[in-house]
Amino acid sequence: MSEGRNEGQKPQPGATRTSGGVDPKLLEILVCPLTKATLEYDAERQELISRQAKLAYPIRDGIPIMLPEEARPLE
Amino acid sequence: MTNAPQIFDRRQQRLRLTRAGRLGYADFLLTRVCDELAERIAAVKRSFPRALDLGTPHGGAAAALLASGQVGHVLHAAPVRPLLPTAAGATVVADEELIPFAPKSFDLVVSLLALQGVNDLPGSLAQIRRCLVDDGLFVGCLFGGSTLNELRTAFAAAEAEVEGGVSPRVAPFADLRDLGGLLQRAGLALPVTDVDTLTVRYDNAFALMRDLRAMGLTNTLVERRRTPLRRATLIRAAAIYAERFAMADGRIPATFDIVWLSGWAPHESQRKPLRPGSAKMRLADALKGFAPDRKDEGA
Repeated sequence: MSEGRNEGQKPQPGATRTSGGVDPKLLEILVCPLTKATLEYDAERQELISRQAKLAYPIRDGIPIMLPEEARPLE
Repeated sequence: MTNAPQIFDRRQQRLRLTRAGRLGYADFLLTRVCDELAERIAAVKRSFPRALDLGTPHGGAAAALLASGQVGHVLHAAPVRPLLPTAAGATVVADEELIPFAPKSFDLVVSLLALQGVNDLPGSLAQIRRCLVDDGLFVGCLFGGSTLNELRTAFAAAEAEVEGGVSPRVAPFADLRDLGGLLQRAGLALPVTDVDTLTVRYDNAFALMRDLRAMGLTNTLVERRRTPLRRATLIRAAAIYAERFAMADGRIPATFDIVWLSGWAPHESQRKPLRPGSAKMRLADALKGFAPDRKDEGA
């Protein structure tokens, strides 16, 4: 998440993207939209994995796409 | 997953919003409610370290929150992938019916002009409540009440006349009173609802429909007629709209009832009504000195 102006830092475009990944603070609060269970982060494939739902949610350009219809079904 | 009846085609709504973004989103209503949001947040003398914007079609609400100085971080749960990265905060793409956040993740949740499209509003409000900390605030607005009633009337009359039958063209909108009840049902305390009725004037119904398309608000009802709208029906609908509703200057009005909702995740410190029967003083004694004593009348 980016810093607010009240904390003396201007929001910068692209500041939300850490190098090749997602803000770790964001990963802490994201859960599977279907099961509400915690997710595993696969940095290599840029996916968030929900074991219970057997779905891998893609992260595109640093933006997690938390839609079951866009997720890759796991075998 | 929600078991509520499926009234809206959520996937279609996302496609429509994506198209609207590509064509150039018509943001005059959204800009207005973003300003209103800023006023409403300013009226709450509090700071909210972590805020979530749930489903607002563009980054305006997140920007308004950051500009308020009362909000630390904003996460935008966008309904569709934004065309451009927003400067206002981090973004995820999420469905307002399936909120992907851990319990008690936010001090403030806002949602502007998004929740009119969910199939299970009580479910979405309950999920919002769950991702708020105790004493966290939800503020949102959605189209409700008599929104687009003129267009609904015009389409129904035109379709009956030209095609001999009516299909749902304009979505049903929630009633203000029902929405207050839903906030309570979702477990939000001190619920408040109010409505801001806007009348937007257009040259004709086609101009209105162009704007609706540019807001991604065209028909996504599951029961919608899947064949393309007939030209004759469309032209007749525009004519009926003008006949029945045109104003003195020949332009047509379109009603948008924007219903505002707010409520707090319950906390010990909040005001609550006393238990019935727990009064320590008689009402009659409390009123003494305020109401004239009947026995003295005419004396």
